[in-house]
Amino acid sequence: MDARSARDRKGGNAEVIPLPLAAPPGVATADVLASDLGCFPTTDQYFNLVRSFKDEDFEMCVDLCAVDYLEHLDRPLPEGVNGTRFEVVVNLLSLSKKLRVRIRVQAGDEEPRVDSLFVLYPGTEAMEREAFDLYGVLFSNHPDMTRILMPEDWEGHPLRKDYAVGKVPVQFKEAPGPR
Amino acid sequence: MALEDLQHNFLTGQVEDLVRWARRASVWPATFGLACCAIEMMAAGAADYDLARYGMEVFRNSPRQADLMIVAGRVSQKMAPVLRQVYDQMMEPKWVISMGVCASTGGLFNNYAIVQGVDQIVPVDVYAPGCPPSPETLMHAILTLHEQIRTGEILQRRSEGRPTHVEAQANVWTPEVPVTVRVGTPK
Amino acid sequence: MSDPTVRVAERVDLLAAETSEGAQGLQPRSRTSKDELGREVGAVLRQSGLTLDPNDVDYERRDDETMIINMGPAHPSTHGVLRLMLELDGEFVLRTKPVIGYLHTGMEKTGEVLSYVQGGTNVTRMDYVSPIANELGYCMAVEKLLAIEVPERAIWIRMMMAELNRVASHLLWMATNGMDLGATTMMIYGFRERELILAFFEKTAGLRMNLNYVRPGGVAADLPDGWEDDVLVICDTIYERTFEYDELLTGQPIFRNRMIGVAPITAEEALALSLTGPLLRSTGVAWDLRRSMPYLAYDQVDFDVIVGTYGDNFDRYAIRLNEIRESVRIVRQCLEKMPSGDYRSQDPKVTPPPRARIDESMEALIHHFKLFTEGFHVPVGEVYSAIESPRGELGCYLVSDGGPKPYRLHVRGPSFVNLQAVPLLMRGGLLSDAITVISSVDPIMGEVDR
Repeated sequence: MDARSARDRKGGNAEVIPLPLAAPPGVATADVLASDLGCFPTTDQYFNLVRSFKDEDFEMCVDLCAVDYLEHLDRPLPEGVNGTRFEVVVNLLSLSKKLRVRIRVQAGDEEPRVDSLFVLYPGTEAMEREAFDLYGVLFSNHPDMTRILMPEDWEGHPLRKDYAVGKVPVQFKEAPGPR
Repeated sequence: MALEDLQHNFLTGQVEDLVRWARRASVWPATFGLACCAIEMMAAGAADYDLARYGMEVFRNSPRQADLMIVAGRVSQKMAPVLRQVYDQMMEPKWVISMGVCASTGGLFNNYAIVQGVDQIVPVDVYAPGCPPSPETLMHAILTLHEQIRTGEILQRRSEGRPTHVEAQANVWTPEVPVTVRVGTPK
Repeated sequence: MSDPTVRVAERVDLLAAETSEGAQGLQPRSRTSKDELGREVGAVLRQSGLTLDPNDVDYERRDDETMIINMGPAHPSTHGVLRLMLELDGEFVLRTKPVIGYLHTGMEKTGEVLSYVQGGTNVTRMDYVSPIANELGYCMAVEKLLAIEVPERAIWIRMMMAELNRVASHLLWMATNGMDLGATTMMIYGFRERELILAFFEKTAGLRMNLNYVRPGGVAADLPDGWEDDVLVICDTIYERTFEYDELLTGQPIFRNRMIGVAPITAEEALALSLTGPLLRSTGVAWDLRRSMPYLAYDQVDFDVIVGTYGDNFDRYAIRLNEIRESVRIVRQCLEKMPSGDYRSQDPKVTPPPRARIDESMEALIHHFKLFTEGFHVPVGEVYSAIESPRGELGCYLVSDGGPKPYRLHVRGPSFVNLQAVPLLMRGGLLSDAITVISSVDPIMGEVDR
């Protein structure tokens, strides 16, 4: 996605505050629009990066979701980052510093797998189950990797881009005659 | 149901009217509020749009004690067997109002997750459109149901010989005579 | 399933098989590993330094000493289709597992198929009790990507509607909470007050619920004439009536005994579970996005952030009751300070032209056509935008690929995350408190399942 500086755009009605935070070395970063900092770790760096943020007073993991970039495999990313089909996006929040940070890890193409953040942030349990259910992204060391939203015997992962919306054509049958 | 089999004379005709009056004057709904329509259903039961005036403020939680299932909200694929199970547990005579467009036809959500119309699972007597239908629309649907109970038309449809769901027959087109149900002062 | 040739007993088995969710449900103790049983007090056990004692779990209990019951998706607690599997020892709840998904609507998938203006109708049905909050989160995300200015009046109208919606949502919560506890009068009171607000919504937006009023660029229509009088009546009436609720509930010994000390939670547990909203504030953490990371015009109005001490049910009730009063205070300030001006951004690429201009100007006609058939294009980018809904932090993560429809729309529903607190809150409590715990967490299943 476009890595233009957030400071160049006044988005909506919130002032974008320059971030007094640097990412750990070795991890690609970018100014992500309307967020403070975006990190792009590899699957190996991911867990340690989140742990280091947690040590720096990012007390809460606000959101964890997956994105399927099937139609945009060649999206613009910072240098050194190899874009894969599935990405897991984690938003962390620091209540004491009032900052947010976003972490986008490239999970893989065919069988996406990343580490689970359950040990650091127990609140990610349900979010990771949802990412598994709807996208098929597996999380290692997650205590309960089962479907959460779809029925247990459902086949397929509905939010993937190669899974159809499932529209049923609308028919008007047996319309009553004129009154 | 033995009443329809009787050849009606003066006495049994009056008894049937009495039974129908009793049935429509105290329809007890089962709680089946699923989504946004449930809030409007609760609002219909609350003070401003009072359902108690029809004897219906008692929302029975046990389906065994309920007469009417108001399917209020979108029915997802996971919920469908539960819906059928609750419907099966209700005792005859039982009626179903499909409240809202999501219950009637799938509504806004024409996708993999929502059953496109609850009449694919249970037979529906009255459809109330709206997203969500305002409590007045729901009350109109309830009154329509009451009229159907009053005229006995509802029992005729359910009895053997006249199926609730007309199968599509090849090369035959029969004009459907619309049934006009006048919502007026019950006699 | 409606095959009449299947006998009744077989049908019961069939339906039982259909409705069981297998691995998603609670397994008997003999089939649960020690690690899992250690989780029975909730996920936070793995955190050190918390109040729960990991040695407090009895691993040796046999299957037949406890009972696993299912509080199915259709149940008396009026909080939607949440299925709870409870393991009980007599009246005490040991383990709980909420099974959700009974209202899964595929809204995130539908959001990828609808244009940005239509997206509001989709998103607004997630948290159906506070539709303006959903729309606001979504529209703010879209506007950040579009980088357009929203006019002052639109900001203040949005803020006023959001606060009225917060009042309506908390009134509904108080009504259903009263109903769950057995105080049915509160149900009637709550809905009676709510009707005032819904009547105002109908006057302004055309609909009582699921308004689709907040659109990218502003709001759909200006406030109607005479709105100041309507809003003033709403504020005065509701403020007076909150004292009636105090008389009815807050001071009542039965209510107090049922709510005080029930289901407490500490701040560390709440932060570990990513809880937000009244649940987090009841533990003493004064985190409210309206104050800490202000959006709209919340930094220009005076209001207090209500914080509890013990993290129990009563604190959450008191927080929500007082938030009604604070929201009424904010609405009064909006009434005084409402600026004049446009109710919608006049950018022709985003806002359709007024209908009369279509007859006069070819350009207006073309803009109208393009906006309603294809929709406006949003520049490439991604954004996470969060607001404080009545339930907590409602976030919208939007990824755009430059087209007229979102590439990925993910809504972080606060109820989805808050529901993770339910096993922790219920543990060791009585079965009769289980209902009040669900009610106190205030989940809205539309938002949980999306």
